Amino acid sequence: MLSFFTKPRIQGGVHAEERKAATATQPIIYNFPLPEKLYIPLQQHVGKPAEPLIRVGDKVLKGQLLAYSQGMISAPVHAPSSGIILDVNDYPAPHPSALPIRMIVLETDGKDEWMTTKTIADPFQLAPEDISLRVGAAGIVGMGGATFPTAVKLNMGRENHIDTLIINGAECEPYLSCDDRLMQERAEQIIDGVRLMLHGMETESAVVAIEDNKPQAYLAMQAAAMPYPHIKVIQIPTRYPMGWDRQLIRYVTGKEVPVGCRSSEIGVTIHNVGTAYATHKAIRHGQPLVSRVITVSGGAVASPMNVEVPLGTLISELFSFCKVNSEQTARIIMGGPMMGDSLPHTGLPTVKATSGILALTQNELKSTDEQPCIRCASCVSVCPAGLRPLDMANNIRINQLDVAVDLGLKDCISCGCCSYICPSNIPLVQYFKYASGEVAARQQAQHKSEQTKRLIDARNARMERIARQQLEEEQARITAKKERERLKAAEQEALT
Amino acid sequence: MYVLSAIVALSLLGLFLGLLLGIAAKYLKVESSPIVEKLESLLPGSQCGQCGFAGCRPAAEALAEGKAAATMCPPGGSALAEQIAALLGLDLDLSDVKEPELLVARVSEATCTGCTRCFKVCPTDAIVGAPKQIHAVVADACIGCKKCIEVCPTECLQMHPVEVTLRNWRWNKPTPLFAENEASGAVC
Amino acid sequence: MLQQITNASEQPLISVEKTVSEYLLLLLGTALVNNVVLVKFLGLCPFMGVSKKLDAALSMGLATTFVLTLAAMTSWILEHFILAPFSIQFLRILAFILVIAAVVQFTEMVVHKTSPVLYQILGIFLPLITTNCAVLGVALLNVQEKYGFMDSLIFGFGSAVGFTLVMVLFAGLRERLALMAVPALFAGTPIAFITAGILSLAFMGFAGLNTKM
Repeated sequence: MLSFFTKPRIQGGVHAEERKAATATQPIIYNFPLPEKLYIPLQQHVGKPAEPLIRVGDKVLKGQLLAYSQGMISAPVHAPSSGIILDVNDYPAPHPSALPIRMIVLETDGKDEWMTTKTIADPFQLAPEDISLRVGAAGIVGMGGATFPTAVKLNMGRENHIDTLIINGAECEPYLSCDDRLMQERAEQIIDGVRLMLHGMETESAVVAIEDNKPQAYLAMQAAAMPYPHIKVIQIPTRYPMGWDRQLIRYVTGKEVPVGCRSSEIGVTIHNVGTAYATHKAIRHGQPLVSRVITVSGGAVASPMNVEVPLGTLISELFSFCKVNSEQTARIIMGGPMMGDSLPHTGLPTVKATSGILALTQNELKSTDEQPCIRCASCVSVCPAGLRPLDMANNIRINQLDVAVDLGLKDCISCGCCSYICPSNIPLVQYFKYASGEVAARQQAQHKSEQTKRLIDARNARMERIARQQLEEEQARITAKKERERLKAAEQEALT
Repeated sequence: MYVLSAIVALSLLGLFLGLLLGIAAKYLKVESSPIVEKLESLLPGSQCGQCGFAGCRPAAEALAEGKAAATMCPPGGSALAEQIAALLGLDLDLSDVKEPELLVARVSEATCTGCTRCFKVCPTDAIVGAPKQIHAVVADACIGCKKCIEVCPTECLQMHPVEVTLRNWRWNKPTPLFAENEASGAVC
Repeated sequence: MLQQITNASEQPLISVEKTVSEYLLLLLGTALVNNVVLVKFLGLCPFMGVSKKLDAALSMGLATTFVLTLAAMTSWILEHFILAPFSIQFLRILAFILVIAAVVQFTEMVVHKTSPVLYQILGIFLPLITTNCAVLGVALLNVQEKYGFMDSLIFGFGSAVGFTLVMVLFAGLRERLALMAVPALFAGTPIAFITAGILSLAFMGFAGLNTKM
């Protein structure tokens, strides 16, 4: 009876077909052949790009620092393998536009030689600030796809006195199973990483949340966390997007993060299981983030698998290893099918954010035949953020962007639930992404207009000042001349 | 009889109402239309003349009278067009209007002689340089008014479209296959 | 003095004082049952012309309310103190239009002074209230129905309230219509007229509402 009055713990969401069976049932493949060239972008994280400190022609070892972080929010970049630096230049980015960004091209020498790394016996003797420093120096960012620099998040956590650390083992996107396999095979290392994070944030307890479609992962993690009563492992319902931080926090703690606030402001912070694993490797073994497990799946993939690849591997190499049929491939997606980015070709590198690469066939894609909106409001019932996609999209279609913003466009997380459920095949998320971009462009135009006004006013003021000064100097010259003449006349009079 | 009273009555009525309105007009006088002031403050104020009017004030006056379209200012772009339309209560159909391509000037360093003529005329001080030194245009401040191009003796200044990078790349608007209805732009 | 004024057929002009509830019922009846736009079909020009945006429609409704109430009062005074005593009722329409034009001009000046933005938004439709047949219609109906001063005032105000209500409703509907994929042939004005017709049908349902005590 009481539950009638309490808010439901899960808002919206869809139960999409999981399609994880092809990859979740086999172990992670570790024998991916080392590529000849690795293309390492200098910005694989939120914040300022890293600044290279190596030069073309330098020999580097695996794990060596290639570029250092710039500013408060940034992350360094390390060599994923040993070899020679071929180039530091602009190459197409793993982005739907494939526009160029600065990358380091590394030609591998086949030896895959690690630099000398330090193994620490008892990292819990280190100060918490030291943990963040090491995590930052290892270039660790949010491995779930958000790529926020983990060290900054740990520091923020320490400053805000977090009382619960939530470890995100949800992996709610269809097809992806890299976190699932990681939890099954490396549960102890992940729990160690969690303990290190707790130490780094000076937080008491942690909760590991795993969707209930991963029973073996749950058992493995539970067994690994058994000696540590302050780390609880729980199962959460399988529903996309359970992995979204606000949804997860609301389910696990019952608290809702207010709009515009960060989760740390209510005493909760979330890290991905992959991030915890990378933290363990960085602190215990001194190994920076140079590789990650990627799910390669989809109808066009002959050998779908989870495979650990060095960062900077081109997708083409990944696809040839997994025997992807390029003729059947209708779309290449980096990430999951709901929120991932569609890439134009395979000549783009994998980065820290790449949790999966999918090669989907035409019949795995939703029809793009957009029909008029029938106002069925299915999108409203599935929106996890509680927005009204149909009203926003209809206003965007007739260019009433300010109405769309008033309806909450800025709170849209582009999860894709509305597009997924729409019976008229309306690409709702595309409308919102277009509108957000357009609103941002207009704000920039507004700033530029104000800046232009300021510059013009400043210039006019300067011109007036110069004119006034010239006038004053002219006046001064005239009066000085008059004064001289007067003196001269007075002298002459005195003489006569 | 009726005719006389009709004439008298109507004339008196007319005079009386006219008097009332005259008195009201004196107390409710509107000086200069504040709309024009508001419009002028929205416009960039660079007097570049790309809209076809002599400056931003005449352009504001034309807008207030309805003689100019809301989309007439290229440096303002669609953001400004929206603001003007909101102020004047106009129906704005931006989808038909092609976003005026914002061009910025660029100095070709090979042919620049450092004559300083360009930066003296730039209304936003977007050109930096010194006598006998190669000049450069700060693209962020350039509004594309082309005053510098008119005075450059070696023609080393050219207009280029703003470069699209990952920073300013935007998603396109989805185009539905069903016929776009005319409801958005229909006039009664 | 007041009791002595009668109309040509020697019937008392100032009717017996009605109770407040009777006036309220008259107001309700005028606003809903005999709605000036949807039942009497007067004042359709601003109804179709200014109802595209909710703010403009509300402002137009309020301006018309001001004009209608004032015009109803002044035209009643005009009829009973000038036209009737001097037997120049044949000048009724002319005189009423004169008064209405003056009132509208005054309203225009007030709007221009207090809210230039509104003045710009309403544009030509503000002076066009002069030709709004609802205003003249209400003034003439007041004479036809032989209403007293209070009744004319309530009738004028009630009609204006009904006008504003319908303007706002219709503007809301049109804003929603603009969002939907209306077939090209019907888009814009045609679908608006069809909607107005359906709205009119709905308002005719009020005909069964008993507003007489």
